[in-house]
Amino acid sequence: MSILNLAMFDEIRRMDVRQTVYQILNFAMVVSSALMIWKGLMVVTGSESPIVVVLSGSMEPAFYRGDLLVLTNYHEDPIRTGDITVFKIEGRDIPIVHRVIKVHEEDIDNTKILTKGDNNQVDDRGLYAPGQMWLGRQDIVGRAKGIVPYIGMVTIIMNDYPKLKYAVLACLALFVILHREK
Amino acid sequence: MPADSMHSLYARANAIFAFMLWVLSAVTFACFLSTLFLNYTTNVHLDVSNVKLRRVNDYASESGVADLAAFDFSLKADVSPLFNWNVKQLFVYLVAEYATEKNPVNQVVIWDRILHRNTRVVIDERIGTPKYHLMDDGTSLKDHKNVTFVLRYNVVPNAGYLRLAQAEGQIQIEMPESYTTGKPTRKA
Repeated sequence: MSILNLAMFDEIRRMDVRQTVYQILNFAMVVSSALMIWKGLMVVTGSESPIVVVLSGSMEPAFYRGDLLVLTNYHEDPIRTGDITVFKIEGRDIPIVHRVIKVHEEDIDNTKILTKGDNNQVDDRGLYAPGQMWLGRQDIVGRAKGIVPYIGMVTIIMNDYPKLKYAVLACLALFVILHREK
Repeated sequence: MPADSMHSLYARANAIFAFMLWVLSAVTFACFLSTLFLNYTTNVHLDVSNVKLRRVNDYASESGVADLAAFDFSLKADVSPLFNWNVKQLFVYLVAEYATEKNPVNQVVIWDRILHRNTRVVIDERIGTPKYHLMDDGTSLKDHKNVTFVLRYNVVPNAGYLRLAQAEGQIQIEMPESYTTGKPTRKA
């Protein structure tokens, strides 16, 4: 370990100003391209959070904890029964992924929507805000259009073990800063 | 040479891990592509009978009362052709659709079933009772001439597109012209 550390410090010592600036720019590049991809996806899908990770088992066996869902939220495409929607409830931080079982649509902005988790016995009225009977179009963040299994396990593990998250972030940052184009 | 050997061990592990990720994502994508353009339609034979209508108290509707329809239904559909290697499960659901003066679109799911890939079956539901209530958001079901029953399904893949499709063979039902009197079967 000490030899490795020494070698690492050697690299830092050998860096000149130009090299340091290059590394900083490189790091900024990684961060900004990640941001561009995320914001670009937001534009293409129309959803404020185009990718979500399934956190609960209420949609099993369709979705398990850790599955990654790709969402769209096109306003002109009306919500219909069977759609798997992601919606936000007043007073809850985490959005919920459940299926629509009832729709009464007066017009596109004036729709009564009722949802239920496939694995739950009852509809979601108990999960809604007190006194709330229906969801409206504005409560819906997106509709699940695609699924990639397991990938979200990474974020779930990171959330469950915050120390691991910081360790991984530190390692990545170190790697980006110390990695040198040969 | 400990530093060098460590470096090469790290480099090898890194290469193997990167290659594994590459292969996994390529196979997953191929799985998605290979099933994207297949035909996911099937036929259903639907039958709805013995329709009875009640006016019940409904705390969720604005007027406080709502029309509640009770009925028996039969449905027979062969869903086995819908399965392929990229189908994890089918979520099959029966929808009642109708238009009212207030709401141009009303959709109520009245029955659903989850079908795993190891139960590729012919659904044969005889004189089933609805799993969920067919209740209007008001009192527009009475004497309604066109309530359409459609069987739809959500194809849930292992990886890829979450498809919604509907079976051929929907039926139109007329609602009764009067309410059934007597003790309601359900507290609303």
